[in-house]
Amino acid sequence: MAYVDDAEHEELHEPTSFYAKYVWSQDHKVIAIQYSLTAIAVGLVALVLSGMMRMQIGFPGSIDMDSTGYYQAMTMHGMIMVIYLLTALFLGGFGNYLIPLMVGARDMVFPFVNMLSYWFYLVSVLVLIASFFVPGGPTGAGWTLYPPQAITAGTPGSEWGIILMLVSLIIFIIAATMGGLNYVTTVLQARTHGMTMFRLPLTVWGIFVATILALLAFPALFVSGIMMLLDQTIGTSFFMPEMMQFGTQLDHTGGSPILFQHLFWFFGHPEVYIVALPAFGLVSDLISVHARRSIFGYRMMVWAIVAIGVLSFVVWAHHMYVSGMNPYFGFFFATTTLVIAVPTALKVYNWVLTLWRGNIHLTVPMLFSLAFIVTFLVGGLTGLFLGNVVVDIPLSDTYFVVAHFHMVMGVAPILVVFGAIYHWYPKITGRMLHDGIGQLHFWITFLGTYLIYFPMHYLGFLGMPRRYYAYEDYQFIPDSAQSLNAFITVVAIAVGISQLLFLYNLVYSLFKGKPSGGNPWRANSLEWLTPDTPPKHGNWGESMPVVHRWAYDYGVPEAELDYVPQTISADQVPVHESDLDE
Amino acid sequence: MLVQASSMPIEAPKSHFQRRSASAKTGLHLLMAAISSMFLLFLLSYILRSQVSDWEALSEPWQPLAKTTQLWINTALLLVASVAFEMARRDVDRPTQGNTREFLWLAGLSSLGFLIGQLVFWQYLTDRGYLASSNPANAFFFLLTGLHGLHVIGGMCAWMIATYRLSLAAHKLDSKSVSLAKLSIELCTTYWHFLLFVWMLLFALLSSSPGTYAAIAKFCGLGE
Repeated sequence: MAYVDDAEHEELHEPTSFYAKYVWSQDHKVIAIQYSLTAIAVGLVALVLSGMMRMQIGFPGSIDMDSTGYYQAMTMHGMIMVIYLLTALFLGGFGNYLIPLMVGARDMVFPFVNMLSYWFYLVSVLVLIASFFVPGGPTGAGWTLYPPQAITAGTPGSEWGIILMLVSLIIFIIAATMGGLNYVTTVLQARTHGMTMFRLPLTVWGIFVATILALLAFPALFVSGIMMLLDQTIGTSFFMPEMMQFGTQLDHTGGSPILFQHLFWFFGHPEVYIVALPAFGLVSDLISVHARRSIFGYRMMVWAIVAIGVLSFVVWAHHMYVSGMNPYFGFFFATTTLVIAVPTALKVYNWVLTLWRGNIHLTVPMLFSLAFIVTFLVGGLTGLFLGNVVVDIPLSDTYFVVAHFHMVMGVAPILVVFGAIYHWYPKITGRMLHDGIGQLHFWITFLGTYLIYFPMHYLGFLGMPRRYYAYEDYQFIPDSAQSLNAFITVVAIAVGISQLLFLYNLVYSLFKGKPSGGNPWRANSLEWLTPDTPPKHGNWGESMPVVHRWAYDYGVPEAELDYVPQTISADQVPVHESDLDE
Repeated sequence: MLVQASSMPIEAPKSHFQRRSASAKTGLHLLMAAISSMFLLFLLSYILRSQVSDWEALSEPWQPLAKTTQLWINTALLLVASVAFEMARRDVDRPTQGNTREFLWLAGLSSLGFLIGQLVFWQYLTDRGYLASSNPANAFFFLLTGLHGLHVIGGMCAWMIATYRLSLAAHKLDSKSVSLAKLSIELCTTYWHFLLFVWMLLFALLSSSPGTYAAIAKFCGLGE
């Protein structure tokens, strides 16, 4: 704990100029907000793209979009949502804001690198957006960017679009690595007095393990990105096989597209958990606070997070059952995929058991958390279907898969993002978000996403293939499927537009919201105990907080209030038995 | 590393040094883990790709890597750099008697020598028509040595900081600058050992025979 001793005695050099404070800021809270606003902005682009795609599917020809535009929208939608929105928001946004506050540090351990991380991220976003304006437009290769088609003429953006996409990803990975080094090191080195690893809120655990996954998995994307970039630009044949393009023999020989798939998914599957683990952590805290119950099975939850993290590295090829791989491999990956359901199910049980006999407050964050549990459950269960080779093969490349991954890693984490923003907004701004607008936003989003994605499972069973630009004149798709498509489009547009409610709420409440005070949810973890709200530079004022217990002492019989903040000593309120650390 | 406090000019303020040192070391270890992950995945790709029939291994007797003198010289240079850093690290506690500065310069110059040596070998290959686009084995050679070189260049930036901090420490002789210089040198030392290890692994693999690749591929379940 040398770090914290030192932090107490060191002078705080609070930046004074506007630029140092809000632009070139090294303060984790400002960087978090920069990350979040950039991620939300680029996420809105992806949302609009999905609306355009839905219009084309539900009402073909209703907007001016050809098949090229459709594939480009599809690719950019997927890539932006997974990487530039969710990953950036969970790690760069929530990670940056919450880690130093929750562990009781003045800032991240490498503030300068942290600042660089944001600016690299911004550059990666700008490069990505620039690809909309280059000749040929952005790549339309699908978010998986499989070669050879990604860099072969005929695929939209196979010349400039794909280059910018790969360059953008490489810059993003550098940004994520710089951020990641900070998050992990801060958790390991900068915890305050008494803050042991097993007293950390689960949010920190989720982000911590997800960041380790990111540090080890993003290199796979980096490796494949570099090799594909070389295939495209200087004509190497890492991935490009010997092939004809429009009747012309290409110079490439012998490259292995399957190698790309392995590398991509060696990144791609952990990526699911890079997004999911922070969501697990955040939602655990939301549930515990808003149900006024200690989290059930804290240590089990921690080990489940770790186990999921480890297992996520040995399941990647379940994305490749139809690539013609050895059936024994398929068996292995099906088994590991099903095994990962065990710690995941354990977490779901623990959330439910935390709720059991809790004093549940149906606040907006709680509503989003409950919605997350059911949505994640639905998405996770269809994952068990798809994890089996024999079930996956007929369902592969159908809308069943689209429904599955949107439920499990699209909607579910986004519900947590919303819940977490409603929960921590008071700490960030000092004002509450408007509750009525929040409730409305919740119900439209929650019910809407079910209306969108539930029917897609059935479309998948009918064999409706994903990634198609138009579904006319396929005999195996009944006409009724088209009415369902139109229905989904109407709902999707409505849900998309309703997100304006959320944006309006963010801006409105910033100025007109009810003042929140320091701890409006009566929560225990350190971020609610800062001397100022919003926390000032250096977070803790003169002295660093001292931690005496875990973050989950709710409904403690001996306590005056129904919660015991982490800084209350054992003399004042006995440390509860469930605090296993004592 | 602080054991020889008696021979230090002024005792370092422990908490400050420990804090920076522990965080920086953890950060470096994480960075090395991420870099290792990257090289490991490249090496697996290398093995897998080497099993396709168009692969013309550079290590065949008639190919350029049959003669590895230049690469051995480069290896020796990197080894010297690594050892020099180690010596600098050991000497840093005795700024008045030791040769930290000289060792640090030796480390920097021999690393530069390594980079130049690698470029000389690149030139040798391209002069003989071994271009990245002409065969995947060549492409991998340029890619892997190039990426390793970039990591050495990154290290050179850290070396510059270390050299600067050391001269500052020699000038000021206050505890803060001494411990900062020391930390920089320690970090560089760890990183250079890592760079040497990665290079030796790359060198061993790049100069292995196709039979070895086939055996590794078979062992990993990637071969036929």
